[in-house]
Amino acid sequence: MKVRQLSLFLENKPGALSRPVKLLAKAKFNILTLCLADTQQFGILRFIVRDWEKAKALLEKEGFVVKVTDMVAIEVGDEPGGLAGILATVEKAGVNLEYMYGFTLRQEGKGLLAFRFDDPDRAIAALEKKGVNPVRSVELFKRLEK
Amino acid sequence: MSTHSKHPNGTFNPVSAPDFLPLPQLRALQLHRLQGIVQRAYDNVSPFRKRLDERGLTPKDIQTLDDIAKLPFTVKDDLRDTYPFGLFASPMKDIVRVHASSGTTGKPIVVAYTQEDIGVWTNVMVRSLAACGLTKDDIIQVSYGYGLFTGGLGAHYGAEGLGATVIPLSGGNTPRQLMLMKDFGATAICCTPSYFLHLIDQAPDAGIDFKSLPLKVGVFGAEPWTESMRKCIEAESGIKAYDIYGLSEIIGPGVAMECHCQAGPHIFEDYFYPEIIDPKTGKVCDEGEEGELVLTTLGKQAMPMIRYRTRDISSLTSEQCECGRTLRRIKRISRRSDDMFIIRGVNVFPSQVETALLKVEGALPHYQIILTRDKGLDAMEVQVEVTAEVFGDTVGTMEQLHSRLSKSIETTLGIRANVRLVQPRTIQRSEGKAKRVIDQRKL
Repeated sequence: MKVRQLSLFLENKPGALSRPVKLLAKAKFNILTLCLADTQQFGILRFIVRDWEKAKALLEKEGFVVKVTDMVAIEVGDEPGGLAGILATVEKAGVNLEYMYGFTLRQEGKGLLAFRFDDPDRAIAALEKKGVNPVRSVELFKRLEK
Repeated sequence: MSTHSKHPNGTFNPVSAPDFLPLPQLRALQLHRLQGIVQRAYDNVSPFRKRLDERGLTPKDIQTLDDIAKLPFTVKDDLRDTYPFGLFASPMKDIVRVHASSGTTGKPIVVAYTQEDIGVWTNVMVRSLAACGLTKDDIIQVSYGYGLFTGGLGAHYGAEGLGATVIPLSGGNTPRQLMLMKDFGATAICCTPSYFLHLIDQAPDAGIDFKSLPLKVGVFGAEPWTESMRKCIEAESGIKAYDIYGLSEIIGPGVAMECHCQAGPHIFEDYFYPEIIDPKTGKVCDEGEEGELVLTTLGKQAMPMIRYRTRDISSLTSEQCECGRTLRRIKRISRRSDDMFIIRGVNVFPSQVETALLKVEGALPHYQIILTRDKGLDAMEVQVEVTAEVFGDTVGTMEQLHSRLSKSIETTLGIRANVRLVQPRTIQRSEGKAKRVIDQRKL
């Protein structure tokens, strides 16, 4: 039900982002989606790849600190109020949304977003009760890599 | 002696016998040797004789151990000023070895040994290794540098003298160190504490789990470290970490060493006479008071050092140690008077920064202090590597870490520092002594 996301700590300086990106490219990892958080001093690169364990091992070997986080991928109706409905459901369940970002995939009038909840399991349970089924990783990779 | 049963192996190693001399005998021996060494230096080292003459002193003025306070100090500059051989008390034909400091600026300082001195050095190193329970059954990896630096050869002679098996690896080439440590089944290692932390760091890459190795003892020295570093090393690697103290000017490693009680290094007082002085006034401190450690070599022929100011900050205790040794102990040396830097009028020791970082992170991250001066204003930046333990994927987590580190440094030091989180492995690793402070201030 959950999708693994890798995060890297980066210093806010020229070249900081290109190093891990080049490493991943050289090893033929396709970044399915990514999100960069930045502050004045540092940045956090978060991204989703299919073989996350291998990517993690590669980056750690190169000296990066890598964190694995569970994300929830949800199809959101590409229409006004599509996101609001999802948010209302998780808020009611007392789950906090830390951040979210999108996949570049749109299909049958729906967009696909990756959510980082403080309690992903509770968020999933609440969403399923409402009939919203998060996209499984197998299905996700199939769609993204066709 | 019943206390010997507390020895880790339940046995008493006869090489340790001098550690247990009854105090009256030890003091008598010290006085006898002190009188001898002062006479030797007076007769053979002209700068020393000149200083005594200037003060109207002769070796005959040393009638009791307390009379040592009449003698002038020797400082590092005295060794530099007389470079290379000016303080030797033996002719070159009797000198069998020289060592020299790494000396980051200018000429190194040079020290010398006669055959007898090498014997004394071996003796105190054998007793050092025996004090933490090592025996001829042990396999000892020596990862101090061999060469001009005293660390490698000092530990080597000691381990060999003990009858242990020595792996003379010297410093550097970390993957090889780890491989041989595992393959040869080393039970003990001698190196700097920061290098051992580096080995722990690199072990997973080499596919090595420290806790599954036969390694049980670490003999760590050659740089100041802290009790929290000991806890960290012991928890991460499962070994016992012991503090060994020494400096080339006196003999090298083996001036003082911790026993199995890990309650501060015992000074091998039959060869080294300790005092603690106020570094500002030069007055001898009372027992227990903190000050600069001053040492006099009682048995060194080639290069007697009389009241040498070590620049190491410590205190001295004659409180009976559980092990039963009559040798006084020094407090772990966690700072040097010349490591200290002054920023905006506040005295700061790197060990204080270490304490502040440990409070927040629980384990000691790699860090470096950078001092700069902009328009006459001093600034201190503490670069801290982000570790897997503290890294979080949200900005909030990282900003919280940043502010907790800043606050902890400010409360510990009393001044603000600019904390900068940096990527792992970006601070240069030393394979010898860790360089903690980079002072870029132009005065």
